[in-house]
Amino acid sequence: MRHIISILIENESGALSRVAGLFSARGYNIESLTVAPTEDPSLSRMTLVTRGSDEIVEQITKQLNKLVDVVKLIDLTEGPHIEREMMLIKLRAAGDAREELKRLVDIFRGHIIDVTIATYTVELTGTGEKLDAFIQAVGSAAILETVRSGVSGIARGEKSLHL
Amino acid sequence: MELTGAEILVRCLKDEGVEYVFGYPGGAVLFIYDALYQQDDVKHILVRHEQGATHAADGYARSTGKPGVVLVTSGPGATNAITGIATAYMDSIPMVIITGQVHTWAIGSDAFQEVDAVGITRPCVKHNFLVKDIKDLAATIKKAFYLATTGRPGPVVVDVPKDVTMHRAEYFYPEEVAIRSYHPVMKGHPGQIKKAVDLMLTAKRPMIYTGGGVIWSGASSSLTEMTRMLGYPITNTLMGLGAYPATDKQSLGMLGMHGTYEANMAMHHCDVLIAIGARFDDRVVGKVEYFCPEAEIVHVDIDPSSISKSVKVDVPIVGDVDHVVKEMIRLLKEDKRTPDHEALAQWWDQINEWRGVNCLKYDRNSSLIKPQFVLETLYNVTQGDAFVTSDVGQHQMWAAQFYKFDKPNRWINSGGLGTMGFGLPAAMGVQLAHPDATVACVTGEASIQMCIQELSTCRQYGLPIKVINLNNRYMGMVRQWQEFFYEGRYAMSYMEALPDFVKLAESYGHVGMKIEKPSDVEPALREAMSLKDRLVFMDFITDQTENVYPMIAQGKGHHEMHLSPERELA
Ligand SMILES: Cc1cc2nc3c(=O)[nH]c(=O)nc-3n(C[C@H](O)[C@H](O)[C@H](O)COP(=O)(O)OP(=O)(O)OC[C@H]3O[C@@H](n4cnc5c(N)ncnc54)[C@H](O)[C@@H]3O)c2cc1C
Ligand SMILES: Cc1ncc(C[n+]2csc(CCOP(=O)(O)OP(=O)(O)O)c2C)c(N)n1
Ligand SMILES: [Mg+2]
Repeated sequence: MRHIISILIENESGALSRVAGLFSARGYNIESLTVAPTEDPSLSRMTLVTRGSDEIVEQITKQLNKLVDVVKLIDLTEGPHIEREMMLIKLRAAGDAREELKRLVDIFRGHIIDVTIATYTVELTGTGEKLDAFIQAVGSAAILETVRSGVSGIARGEKSLHL
Repeated sequence: MELTGAEILVRCLKDEGVEYVFGYPGGAVLFIYDALYQQDDVKHILVRHEQGATHAADGYARSTGKPGVVLVTSGPGATNAITGIATAYMDSIPMVIITGQVHTWAIGSDAFQEVDAVGITRPCVKHNFLVKDIKDLAATIKKAFYLATTGRPGPVVVDVPKDVTMHRAEYFYPEEVAIRSYHPVMKGHPGQIKKAVDLMLTAKRPMIYTGGGVIWSGASSSLTEMTRMLGYPITNTLMGLGAYPATDKQSLGMLGMHGTYEANMAMHHCDVLIAIGARFDDRVVGKVEYFCPEAEIVHVDIDPSSISKSVKVDVPIVGDVDHVVKEMIRLLKEDKRTPDHEALAQWWDQINEWRGVNCLKYDRNSSLIKPQFVLETLYNVTQGDAFVTSDVGQHQMWAAQFYKFDKPNRWINSGGLGTMGFGLPAAMGVQLAHPDATVACVTGEASIQMCIQELSTCRQYGLPIKVINLNNRYMGMVRQWQEFFYEGRYAMSYMEALPDFVKLAESYGHVGMKIEKPSDVEPALREAMSLKDRLVFMDFITDQTENVYPMIAQGKGHHEMHLSPERELA
């Protein structure tokens, strides 16, 4: 099962390496990991996507909680939640392809944020699946470069992860 | 008044009540050594290798329940300490290790004797710190001691750059610390404790399985009280020996790979298992599918990640053993129900039948010295009252089987990491903490050579340790596995070119003895024990072919024990 674990962690230099080290040392898998400071500069918010059986994910959350730098965490996949990922993608866009690509970007509610005679750079936000679908739709021949942020997630409704 | 960082560090240790620091100097810690030199509150013990410092601090901690403190220099000082830090980490031992570091401005430049100590120790510490500013120094030391000694204990490294020890600041040692992300749970959940007690009272074939957590919780007396109240059988892990008196009739001895037949059979057949401060290690559990197939399991542990890690349990209780067991006792006293005496009597009949197998039997008529005989005699001669440290191998298992520990904190060995070289330096820490006690280091001719240099430290500080070297001329434990599982191909397990241990001991200024006949074992041990103020190195030439029994091969269940080649069970 895929799990999205949201973590509030001390915004300190070694903190990220403790999380990364935990995953590599115990052989857990990390699908994606995002981290940035929150409105409280002493805290970072991390979103970690992992896969594993219920037992493994239980151990993962227990081991993460055990790290002294981890202040709080929730497994977002235990309840209703929203996940978003942002992608910047540079596409080969010359001649006839330009119009077709622009239409595709519109269909996916993306934005063209930079243009040259031969390229478009597109910004697209959504679930990982939506981004995958866009990549499929444009086809690998058109893609010059992709940058994905990794998943960020938040619980739906009034539930929130804070101190 | 402003103090230097080095002075602050030493003051912190003093205010923390530290008696001994085990260490070795070098460039990055010279200011700290200078500060140590100018005071007498904190005593420094100079080892001969940083690994020795960590094990000595570890032995001090295990025998006193207080944190062990280590001071080493940057680079090779820190790397030499790793084995000892990892040893303490695996067995959850409270230690604070101060590593020197290059100047803050030089960090990351591949400076002379620079290693990333925080990075290199990260996987084997409870937590670690790099102090970049002298203003944080005292508070960080306070946090380090707090983290090391609370919750599930463990080693904490504080990396201190040289310039931080040189700068000046006001000294202020905080009385308390609060770490917003760290709140060990002490009291168990009342509902869960109630559930556990219900289950315990309905058991027909109960079994209590306890480990190192009981010792760290200081819960021996409450555990003993509860076990006696219930009248249930109890077994200890290798790390938990002494938490319940081994000579008591309810004790079934150790369980696991080299545990007793009765303990393992009782595990296999019990219907309620009460696990307390033990972590279901693979040397205890064996094959998970065969583990306690009929039992409902209660597990008390302060670390949630120990619970349901390898074996799924039915009633998890996160909390400190002493708190939880005391609460259990209270509920048991209030309860009108009592254990099912009839079922219990039948269960004890069955257990006594297993006991009758006499699984620790060995050949007492051999013309060679049997290692078991040495340990049994050591037990008798010291009247069961010694502190015993051990190295790793067959001798360790025999010590665990044949020395009956009635008190906690007396049996000191590396269980989780299984570190050869642990025994002698650990014994130094124990002897310093208990100057008048008998401290025996049970070792083998291979293990002792891994930290033999510490004989020199023992001489310097006059530590009258009794080294019991069970010399079988083999890495016996390795040889045993090669005999069983590699068709007797003894690759690299024969110890050639052994030193003359008697002369070696003498050259360090100690007493050496070589014992070759069974009839000499007891008189030699008595003589050694009478040399109260001398380290005596006793080289026992033992039967080379002896194996440790009983044994459960890896991947087998508790019901599949080997007793010995002559005595296989159906
Ligand atoms: C050659 C060799 C052979 C071995 N054979 C055996 C064998 O036959 N049998 C055997 O038992 N072991 C054996 N071992 C040791 C084994 O590897 C483990 O180290 C040992 O079984 C672990 O013991 P434990 O479960 O008591 O855990 P420990 O490592 O002592 O862990 C203690 C547990 O208690 C918890 N705890 C700590 N403090 C508290 C507290 N205050 N309150 C509540 N919980 C707390 C911790 O979170 C942890 O889960 C062998 C080792 C070697 C080297
Ligand atoms: C540092 C280290 N290296 C290797 C091992 C693997 N090992 C476990 S027991 C053992 C042999 C120990 O021999 P000895 O000290 O003579 O004890 P004996 O088994 O003969 O009693 C070895 C090599 C270990 N536990 N620790
Ligand atoms: Mg040997």
